[in-house]
Amino acid sequence: MVQLDQLYQEIILDHYKRPHGRGLRDADDSGDQVAEAHHVNPTCGDEVTVRVATDGTVLHDISYDGMGCSISQASASVLHELLRGRNAGEAFEVHEAFVELMSGRGQVTPDEDVLGDGVAFAGVARYPARVKCALLPWMAFKDAAARAGVGVSPEVKA
Amino acid sequence: MTSIAIPAGMPQYDDVPRFDVVRVRADFPILSREINGHPLVYLDSANTSHKPRQVLDVLDEHYARHNANVSRSVHTLGTEATEAYEGARAKVAAFINAPSPDEVVFTKNSTEAINIVAYAFSNASLRPDGDPRFRLGPGDEVVISEMEHHSNIVPWQLLCERTGATLRWFPVTDQGRLDESGLDDLVTERTKIVSLVHVSNILGTVNATSRITARVREVGALLLLDCSQSVPHLPMDVVDLDADYIVFTGHKMLGPTGIGVLWGRGELLAAMPPVFGGGSMIETVTMARSTFAAPPARFEAGTPPIAEAVALGAAVDYLNGVGMRAIQWHEKELTAYALDAFATVPDLRIFGPAVPVGRGGTISFALGDVHPHDVGQVLDSLGVQVRVGHHCAKPVCSRFGVPAMTRASFYLYTTTEEIDALVGGLEQVRKVFD
Repeated sequence: MVQLDQLYQEIILDHYKRPHGRGLRDADDSGDQVAEAHHVNPTCGDEVTVRVATDGTVLHDISYDGMGCSISQASASVLHELLRGRNAGEAFEVHEAFVELMSGRGQVTPDEDVLGDGVAFAGVARYPARVKCALLPWMAFKDAAARAGVGVSPEVKA
Repeated sequence: MTSIAIPAGMPQYDDVPRFDVVRVRADFPILSREINGHPLVYLDSANTSHKPRQVLDVLDEHYARHNANVSRSVHTLGTEATEAYEGARAKVAAFINAPSPDEVVFTKNSTEAINIVAYAFSNASLRPDGDPRFRLGPGDEVVISEMEHHSNIVPWQLLCERTGATLRWFPVTDQGRLDESGLDDLVTERTKIVSLVHVSNILGTVNATSRITARVREVGALLLLDCSQSVPHLPMDVVDLDADYIVFTGHKMLGPTGIGVLWGRGELLAAMPPVFGGGSMIETVTMARSTFAAPPARFEAGTPPIAEAVALGAAVDYLNGVGMRAIQWHEKELTAYALDAFATVPDLRIFGPAVPVGRGGTISFALGDVHPHDVGQVLDSLGVQVRVGHHCAKPVCSRFGVPAMTRASFYLYTTTEEIDALVGGLEQVRKVFD
């Protein structure tokens, strides 16, 4: 079970059992652009919707809803925790670091200063079948942000 | 285990043919593997089966000794390869009691077999001289069920889009059985083809088809049965089953991947237009037009999967050697054992028939609200290989209100000890996600 503990770190199980900021919310500030993206993992049927509210500089809220495995749902909770209230530019740097960590097949050492609780996902990168689960909310976030006018996403056409 | 008393004078359980599962397991090299430090417990045979040494040897022997293209060479190797390929066709035909080997079309898999039928229908619909049995247009109907694998849904959706025909389907009951209550309204004079799964890949249900067949005959439609999960597991007799087409795939019945079968009544195959054009399927070709070979060649354009077909023949020999009735009974006992064992697991919900009657050895379930991915991951860490996800049958998941299920499926090499390992593993899952 040692290997399994690396996958199911306490931090991940904690975010899964007690998700932070779950539920789709309307913008507090009426000046914000609000947009969302719904992503599915066709191999397992997991779904997540991520909604971004932003004034074009600061991501005032990142809310989400979905159903899926512990990894995908915990990942959405960590995403919310890490990126909400951040400057868009910083948020995309964190996004990039997380994608790099997940694509690293377990060879990338995560920077806790950048990724916070996201470092717990380092073990997931060793399970190729589960990397998609961890990335699902992050990819949906990128699309939602692009639709709200910040950043670019290959899936959103101008 | 549930004990059932059979009245004296009736055939007793002792009369059932049996085999030695330990000896069978010794034929499968992969079964001696370890996974994550544990003995392999393979409970995913509905996904793909393992291959015995006898099949692997034939595959190797074919390439090492008899490799050549088929149906076109006069040399010795070509003759040997052709004889082996056609010999495999004859073996498969006998295995399903097909009246003639010419009724067995080799395909890539079940999916391709269904698509060949669907495209033959649309090709016939485009030709004014197409056989009226295959011609579809607005007002005509195709009937499937909510229990189908995507491979028996999507080709018909696409066919209906191409032709303007309407797709209808049988619902599924809460017990995971086909709901036949609306049969007479569903299958009518407008119906051209009914395409149903024989044994569900997700619920394990064995569909009783006789009432449906009778109705299909009454209205003059055709019947296709997806036998991907039945031909590997029970004795198949296409004459007795009285279908018009059946499809199945080699890799689920101890054969290699890349080889499947479309069986059709000879007279129907002969009336169907070709689907893929190319070498081997023609009678004569001019620059202006071509005429086509008789079935099965008409539907086997290009160089076929020769070694795979020959190895499928070896798989059929192996299954015959063990005996399909014995395999069916072995799986029935495993299913009864597993259903009893699952009943002891708290919060375990079975999708599909809860009794070992009219169901095969494929059992899908939920463990509390733990996501199947997480169930499968913990089980894998203990060497237990199960399938998790929607099993290419999303409508079934939707029917039972879940995005995914965990599925354990058995075969001739499965043991009750492996089911015990699964049940023990589920206890671990509960500990991680309590």
